[in-house]
Amino acid sequence: MRRAIGALLCAALATTACQREQRRFSDSRPRDAERSAWAVAEGKRLYQAFNCDGCHGRGGGGGMGPPLMDAAWIYGVAPDNVYASIMRGRPNGMPAFGGRVTESQAWQLVAYVRSLSGQPSRGARPGRDDHMQVRESEQARRAERPVAAGTPKPGR
Amino acid sequence: MTRVALTLALTALGGCAGRPAALDPAGPQAARIAGFWSLLLAVSIAVSVVVLAVLLDALARRRGGSLPPPPAVDPRLERRLTFGVAAAVVLTAVLLLFLFVASLRTARALNALGEPDALTVEVTGHQWWWEVEYWDSAPARRVRTANEIHVPVGRPVLVKTRSADVIHSLWAPRLAGKKDLLPQHATSLWMQADRPGMFDGQCAEFCGHQHAHMRLTVVAEAPEAFQTWLAHQRTPAAEPTEPALLHGREVFLAGPCALCHTIAGTTAAARLGPDLTHLASRTTLAAGTLPNDLGALAAWLVDPQSVKPGVHMPPAALPPRDFQALVAYLGSLR
Amino acid sequence: MSVVAAPDRDGEAHDRAALALTWATPRGLRGWLSTANHKAVATRYVVSAFVFFALAGVLALIMRLQLAWPESRLIGPDLYNQIFTVHGSTMMFLFAVPVMEAMGIYLVPLMIGTRNVAFPRMNAFGYWTYLIGGGLLWIAFLLNVGPDTGWFSYVPLAGPAYAAGKRVDIWAQMITFTEIAALVAGVEIVVTTLKFRCPGMSLNRIPLLVWAMLVMALMVIFAMPAIMIASTMLAMDRLVDTHFFNPAEGGDVLLWQHLFWFFGHPEVYIIFVPATGFVSSLITAFARRPIFGYPAMVLALISTGFLGFGLWVHHMFATGLPQLGESFFTAASMMIAIPSGIQVFCWLATLRSGRIVVRAPLLFALGFIALFVLGGLTGVMVAAVPFDLQAHDTYFVVAHFHYVLVGGAVFPLLGAILFWLPKMTGRMPSESLGRWSFAVLFVGFNLTFFPMHRLGLAGMPRRVYTYLAQTGWAGGNLLASAGAGVMAVGVLLFAANIAWTPGRGTPAGADPWGADTLEWSVPSPPPAYNFVYLPVVESRTPLWTTPTPAVVTGLRTDVPEVLVTDAIDATPDHRHVLDGPSMWPLLTALASGIGVIVAIFTPWGVTLGAVLLLITLTGWFWPRGVPVSDTARERA
Repeated sequence: MRRAIGALLCAALATTACQREQRRFSDSRPRDAERSAWAVAEGKRLYQAFNCDGCHGRGGGGGMGPPLMDAAWIYGVAPDNVYASIMRGRPNGMPAFGGRVTESQAWQLVAYVRSLSGQPSRGARPGRDDHMQVRESEQARRAERPVAAGTPKPGR
Repeated sequence: MTRVALTLALTALGGCAGRPAALDPAGPQAARIAGFWSLLLAVSIAVSVVVLAVLLDALARRRGGSLPPPPAVDPRLERRLTFGVAAAVVLTAVLLLFLFVASLRTARALNALGEPDALTVEVTGHQWWWEVEYWDSAPARRVRTANEIHVPVGRPVLVKTRSADVIHSLWAPRLAGKKDLLPQHATSLWMQADRPGMFDGQCAEFCGHQHAHMRLTVVAEAPEAFQTWLAHQRTPAAEPTEPALLHGREVFLAGPCALCHTIAGTTAAARLGPDLTHLASRTTLAAGTLPNDLGALAAWLVDPQSVKPGVHMPPAALPPRDFQALVAYLGSLR
Repeated sequence: MSVVAAPDRDGEAHDRAALALTWATPRGLRGWLSTANHKAVATRYVVSAFVFFALAGVLALIMRLQLAWPESRLIGPDLYNQIFTVHGSTMMFLFAVPVMEAMGIYLVPLMIGTRNVAFPRMNAFGYWTYLIGGGLLWIAFLLNVGPDTGWFSYVPLAGPAYAAGKRVDIWAQMITFTEIAALVAGVEIVVTTLKFRCPGMSLNRIPLLVWAMLVMALMVIFAMPAIMIASTMLAMDRLVDTHFFNPAEGGDVLLWQHLFWFFGHPEVYIIFVPATGFVSSLITAFARRPIFGYPAMVLALISTGFLGFGLWVHHMFATGLPQLGESFFTAASMMIAIPSGIQVFCWLATLRSGRIVVRAPLLFALGFIALFVLGGLTGVMVAAVPFDLQAHDTYFVVAHFHYVLVGGAVFPLLGAILFWLPKMTGRMPSESLGRWSFAVLFVGFNLTFFPMHRLGLAGMPRRVYTYLAQTGWAGGNLLASAGAGVMAVGVLLFAANIAWTPGRGTPAGADPWGADTLEWSVPSPPPAYNFVYLPVVESRTPLWTTPTPAVVTGLRTDVPEVLVTDAIDATPDHRHVLDGPSMWPLLTALASGIGVIVAIFTPWGVTLGAVLLLITLTGWFWPRGVPVSDTARERA
């Protein structure tokens, strides 16, 4: 009943509220992570928990690994590209996490990583975290315009 | 209809069997609070009875019929009422002062528990499990476990509490009052168990989806048993000998499990989730939600979301043989 | 303008017709949207508040259904979290405070002998603001974006790091917005009470209900800004990356608790104090004598108002405070039982020495005394730190606050509704339905909440969506859930009584209860202008002392004019022309509502809201040819 009323209101207001606020605890539609603020926030939690910021820097500023908050994406910014980077690894040091993180965790990470450069909808992006601030929060991030296929790594 | 009423009544009475945990103390802190409660209850019953008696007495003098015109005010009656109300107010103030002093004395006694060589336990709250650490100056002798606090009987224990994420609250009602676990300020709680046993507790500050299933157990045992337990917890996980258990360990190390959990004696040393080195020695799984047996363990691993929706642990998507080996291996970590 | 013993008949008929014309609201939808009449605004305020009460009550029934059995799978944790948050927020922000203020807006002008509240259009603006805020919360809830972190929304759980999405942002903005309405009503009541009283009604002659409303309104003015600041800080932390509650950057998580509870504790007295006013009116009418100890009652109300601001840390006893601080707040929290006790003893003295006639409204007042004493006693228990460390955040506290909020505020409110319904509608409610609804509610309430004391002591914390079977809590929970069903029946009986009355109740006349205060001297329902001639009072119980009082004549009837009097002695000071109906309050409420809603998503919403407000406030305050009002001091 609640869902019926909610669906009517959703249609009427044409908002993405319903999808943005979904908390899908089971694995049913992992690729929809980008549309759910909760899933993107989970991606942020995993990014910190699995020490992605150890190489890519707190907030994707870069370090040993390339920054994730700019427009230069060596292996492409599309969700499938980022997913492949995470699961199968990439040359020059990106480890393969396939078999180490589950599929839905990986899609949550994809959604979060893309939000570092302002990619998915602003409403779903997480706010600041409770740590020292080293850069603006993901929701304040203006959207970068990366090239979809990938930018070649700058030569020496 | 009568059957429903009878069932309800029996269920309610069944709930009344035995004293509630906070009034069934197993240690000096809870005992002092329970004693103070008896005082509060006695005063409250007395006051309620008097007030209700006056109310019913006034009601008994009611008149029927229509609303009469208001009577003239009788000055003698007003003087007597003034005296009565003033006396009641003075009595109230005296009672409150008495209760306040009793409260201060109880609070002082609660804060006085402690001795120089009390046992110190550090509890860190996570969403939605308790990380318990027995500190030692030598890192190799530190013990880290989860969701269970073992204490020796008769010895004061200082539980130093903090949170790794949101505000939680540590509460074991049969032993002591509660204390909030804050992410910013360290807090602490003194408790002591005066008899051996297992005392349940639960998180008492709303902390998210699985606040309802963030339970813990305080296990009080004789000092020698406690030392034995502590010494055993220091040992790394037993080296498996059977092929099934070896395979299970491989599955653990090769898959997602090692990314979050520690099993001392293996290469898995992550601290995102509970330490599993002696998992099978605990009384419960999943922060007190499941009994610790192989069936429950399998159910927990195959789909944690069905037991605790929202929990941070992902399901173990493994082929059946690997899954069974994993369960067997974890079940062997005594 | 003069005071005469009795007006002449022909003049009165003429004045009555002229006043009806002057104070009339335009007909049709435009009239309904633009009315500034305090009774119309207050009536719709009360009706809206009860709609929210019913909605939040349904949520409570759903919660009790979920908790009736251990490990129930009826509702998952996410929905349950939204349900208890919306239940608490609705009851506290959209029902309890607004309904008390609305009863004040309705009754205070009538009881003090004036024609309208001090700022009629702002009053209407307050209602529209409240409605928009309430609608925001409930539409959000139906869209799965309802807040889910509890009605007091502690950080860091409600902060940007742990509460994803817009749920908490909507809560924070709803709070800020709805409390504007509360502040508006508070200001109305303070100014009206202090400046619009009829001649002769010095401060020591105003009815206890008016004193209660005045104290409440002053408390609102001091308490609401704290929560508005706190929720704005939370919204800013989440939206624009401020660090008020971020420990890593110098913020503090406990700051939220202090700010919230500095509002939160006075909030419950804001709800409770008007209820004591209702009880005083009911007991006066049905014990047929003025309340014993008027000065003591007034002092008790005022000291409750002050003391209520010094207790807030008792909500934080488990956070590891210094012992001295804990002791101070224990002492203050126990001390506030003294003024409450004074009031109870004075009521008991009144009942004992009066000639009690039992009617349904009185039953609710008597039920209040029984339930409030129980709730107050458990309050003294949890005021003591040692016991609070066991009871805090458990079902014991849930039991305590429902006893003092439902028993201590809702029961008097229901009695007040039955008591003043004849005045508001002109018809008498059903006496037998009233008594039955009281009995069923009283039994159902105790059945629901008394077992919760034991559940809390047995270890059951608050805000759990389920519990394990081996905890042994199932019996108490089943009983409480059964009781909730009984309570629902009681509420339905009461609602049926109210719904039945306007169509089929016996006509009431001006004074069906033979009561003492001024509102019973005007027809039922009161005309738009309240009094043809403002009365002059000589005592605390004007209708009992002087059934045909002297009146003030000479106020203009062609413009909406009222008499402004001295704040202490109510000697006439000057005449003042009030504003009439206008669409600008609604438009202003819409403008600020748009600003607030857009601000949930982007800080540009503040700019947008400011621009829209500039337009609507300009329209509102645009000078019109103001009718001449007499500002020279006049001797009566």
